[in-house]
Amino acid sequence: MTGALAVLRAGAAPQAPPRRSDVGRNLGLTLVLAIALGAAARVIELRPLELLRDAGNVAVFLRGYLNPSFAHVGEYAWQCVVTVCIALWGTVLAIAIAVPLGLLGARNLAPHPAIYFAARRTMDVLRAVNEFVFALMFVTAVGLGPFAGMLALGVHTGGVLGKLLSEAIEAIDPGQVEGVAAVGAGRAHVIAFGVVPQVMPSFLSYVLLRFESDIRSASVIGMVGGGGIGFYLWDTIRSFNDREAATVILLIVAMVMAIDVVSSRVRRLAI
Amino acid sequence: MDFTAHVITIDQVGKRFDGKSTLALDGVSATITPGEFVAVIGRSGAGKTTLLRCLAGATTPSAGHIWIGGFDLGSLRGRALRAHRARVGMIYQQFNLVRRLRVLDNVLVGRLPHLRGWRRGAATLRAFGVEERACALRCLDHVGLLDRAWQRADTLSGGEQQRVAIARLLAQDARVVLADEPVASLDVANGRLVMETLRRIARGAGLTVVATLHHVDYARRYADRVLGLKDGRLLFDGPPSELTDASLFEIFGVLPGELPDDAPLLAAS
Repeated sequence: MTGALAVLRAGAAPQAPPRRSDVGRNLGLTLVLAIALGAAARVIELRPLELLRDAGNVAVFLRGYLNPSFAHVGEYAWQCVVTVCIALWGTVLAIAIAVPLGLLGARNLAPHPAIYFAARRTMDVLRAVNEFVFALMFVTAVGLGPFAGMLALGVHTGGVLGKLLSEAIEAIDPGQVEGVAAVGAGRAHVIAFGVVPQVMPSFLSYVLLRFESDIRSASVIGMVGGGGIGFYLWDTIRSFNDREAATVILLIVAMVMAIDVVSSRVRRLAI
Repeated sequence: MDFTAHVITIDQVGKRFDGKSTLALDGVSATITPGEFVAVIGRSGAGKTTLLRCLAGATTPSAGHIWIGGFDLGSLRGRALRAHRARVGMIYQQFNLVRRLRVLDNVLVGRLPHLRGWRRGAATLRAFGVEERACALRCLDHVGLLDRAWQRADTLSGGEQQRVAIARLLAQDARVVLADEPVASLDVANGRLVMETLRRIARGAGLTVVATLHHVDYARRYADRVLGLKDGRLLFDGPPSELTDASLFEIFGVLPGELPDDAPLLAAS
């Protein structure tokens, strides 16, 4: 038998693969995970059987939810429009915050390490503070209503989009930037020609994804006084008005689904 | 035109990269007169690209000085450095066009350092005046790519992209062209087309060209003068006609284009 392998002739034997068993390590990891899960279950008072024991209560709830009331559907629908407007302007504010922070917080663009550090930490803070916490703060500052909700969404999402943008900028091809810088172009021109065309598709896609997420957040931000449909959700559920609550939830689901469809259409068009 | 202003003087230039024990460049000196077409040859890692990057002002030598047009490159900062970069056009192995922009916009990039006043600001939004666009179109026509103006740069072949890069340095009104392996990623036919375009433009406008080339054939065919580097040192400086087999052997260690007969192809044997 003289096939192609015959060219190898006799030589040094290939190095043997390492003989190390992963079984012990895997068992250990499984055990640690099991202990952690067990402890967490006790902390959160995980008692699945109570769901069965209280099945009667659940049935009462379900009966209301399966029989929605349409007495105030016009008001709820208008509040859904308010909710979309909150998310829309919240996303615009977020872009206005994200673009400067994202540019300064990208290692390859930041004019100075201290500025890079400051921009990164600012975005961390904006992301770490939940939009509901921001909403509570803005409600005290500008009063109850959609304006406070929009500010809260915009500031938090600005941190998220800024971080995504700075990471997209750090991943660009440096050669294309070098090509623009080499003609002696100034910093603004280098960004406009070398950086923007490269990050535009991913940034646009992030903005649309965050807009969808802002719609979901805006639909509950009214619970803390941020305006929109959330207030009615909170009010009907808290007063055990199950039939009204069912209508509100149905409208929110319809709104979120409609926005998701529109947004994914736009994304496909744009990219 | 005042060509005497753009003599390039390389004086005892050395470069050591951080954490490296060997020198990337070691006491390289040469004077390049305006209008010369200079090929820099040598093996990978011989210091060709480092020398070019020093000339471009993209990296600073750790020893010695480079003067271009009477300026000490090391002393240039900010606006003055950008003005220097506007006079020096770069050509790269990977073309370095902005791939998602149209060909015309890529050529217009060359106009950016020449814009003044509100047009500078308008260009940030990629808006250019009629004269600038007409100028860019003429540059594209000069490299034979007028019909590609409205296509995205990444739809062009490698040879076409390199010619767009040449159109960009025309639009830039460069006096000196630094080309880093301009044809290394092109096939022979496209490589020759690019080199011929480069030489035609250099002759026509009296440009100085410094190109790193690892194919000696290209150096022989297009250059007026050859600099041979080995391990960061300048071993050869003369016209291509003086490039003997002995000097090539000194620069490359082997004769280019031939593999030594006794080189084992499989380490096992």
